[in-house]
Amino acid sequence: MSEDLIAERAVISGIGQTEFSKDSGRSTLQLAAEAARAAIADAGLTPADVDGTVTFIQDENDELALMRSLGIPELRYCGRTRGGGGGSCATVQLAAAAVASGAADHVLVYRAFNERSGRRFGQPQGRAMSSMWNQALPFALDTPAKIYSLTWQRYMHRYGLTNADFGRYTVVARQYAATNPAAWFYGRPITLEDHQASRWIVEPILRLLDCCQESDGGVALVVSRADRAGDLAQAPVRIRAAVVSQLVGGDEMFNYYQDDITSFTEAQASAAQIWQRTGLGPSDVDVALLYENFSPIVFLQLEAFGFCGPGEARDFIAEGHLGPGGSLPTNTNGGLLGEGYIHGMNLITEGVRQLRSTAANQVPGAETVLVSAGRSVLLLGQGDPS
Amino acid sequence: MKVVAPVESHDDHFFWAGAKEGRLLIQRCSSCGTLRHPPAPMCGACLSTDWDAQEASGRGTVYSWILSKHPTREDAEPRVVALIELEEGTRLVSNLVDTEPAAIENDMAVEVCFVEANDGQVVLPQFRPAGAAGGGATR
Repeated sequence: MSEDLIAERAVISGIGQTEFSKDSGRSTLQLAAEAARAAIADAGLTPADVDGTVTFIQDENDELALMRSLGIPELRYCGRTRGGGGGSCATVQLAAAAVASGAADHVLVYRAFNERSGRRFGQPQGRAMSSMWNQALPFALDTPAKIYSLTWQRYMHRYGLTNADFGRYTVVARQYAATNPAAWFYGRPITLEDHQASRWIVEPILRLLDCCQESDGGVALVVSRADRAGDLAQAPVRIRAAVVSQLVGGDEMFNYYQDDITSFTEAQASAAQIWQRTGLGPSDVDVALLYENFSPIVFLQLEAFGFCGPGEARDFIAEGHLGPGGSLPTNTNGGLLGEGYIHGMNLITEGVRQLRSTAANQVPGAETVLVSAGRSVLLLGQGDPS
Repeated sequence: MKVVAPVESHDDHFFWAGAKEGRLLIQRCSSCGTLRHPPAPMCGACLSTDWDAQEASGRGTVYSWILSKHPTREDAEPRVVALIELEEGTRLVSNLVDTEPAAIENDMAVEVCFVEANDGQVVLPQFRPAGAAGGGATR
């Protein structure tokens, strides 16, 4: 185990969110402000206590506009993570690093968008923005579903999977969503037959029910100095590890140029970091929250973290390990397929709820929670780090 | 065929200009000889910014593939998008033509062809089953 100042000095102190919908009817700035207001109140703080912010480079809500709405008098730290959902856990790393270094005391992390009623992520990009995109868009490789599927087809070929195998994950996610009142698909479980009857999005890899929910909504967190935990309203959630791994040849969604595209190499490298930093391993994880823009990425993450071997995720899922009462309850809020897609941030809030024992689908005795966006990963735990 | 046109930069103009001449080009470091694709301004192996381009044989295999349909425009013709592994060792994204999805297999041999789009403003290097045209790569 290496000395890890993030683990020693930073905690998650508050969480907040708006409803997740298809048409919020208000500005993204209002969504960000509402989620932030809830997270700050949840922590037992006021906006005047917040002195740092972190969001995504893709977030359209400017820090200065948000601080005006919230009445935050001064920010001393503003960080933004690269990329899209792969950066969701990196927001906590950036916030925690600021806290651990003394740059800030309480950092507000936020992400808000009208991703369904505004610009839909799932629709084709109309214009190339770099030589990387030049190698995709002219060939009609123009949506995240297609871009990712081009790697997963090789995975399916190598290990002999069909789309129905992916559907077995979706059924589990929808089972959890059905009993989570905050989920878009609350009260609406599906069967594998429903999954197989949904239309193809990218043949022969993804059907409609393999895809996350384009959503309107906002999520916020507060990351605080551990030695201020006495000022807080909630028992702090411990950040046992917060890591990022970007590997050469893995250009955002296009990892086509790495030697092996049938494994999620960045998630493997992130896993190596968290196990090395904490001395823990896959058998210590009580709840897994695995970013799923599309169902196949759950399979690659299960393998990357060592919950099963390469190519074994199909059987691991079919055996029921991910569902209620299974050995590895996974995406217990319904995941991004079932609850909503707030760029992965709603998996972090679910992790916090599991550790506070306030989740809609509470896993009894959850003490260690893995939150993975593959390229950035958190291992959360209970208790004061000191 | 109407496609999203590339927005060329100093880094990848050669690739698209080569396609217009019926040549599939791979960037090659002038200092250490390493091939690289997609185009980039510096060699990650030796940090040289000197490079030229090698003409590929046009022969390769299908590493992976998907059937691409436009999500909302029903009239847009589906295309097969494929990740091609060239015999020189680099991979590139392209399209498979002159075949049906049911006939596609991973690792099948393919060869380049060049297809005009956007009224000749863009030429795409695409691929078809090897031998489909009874010979080598033609325009």
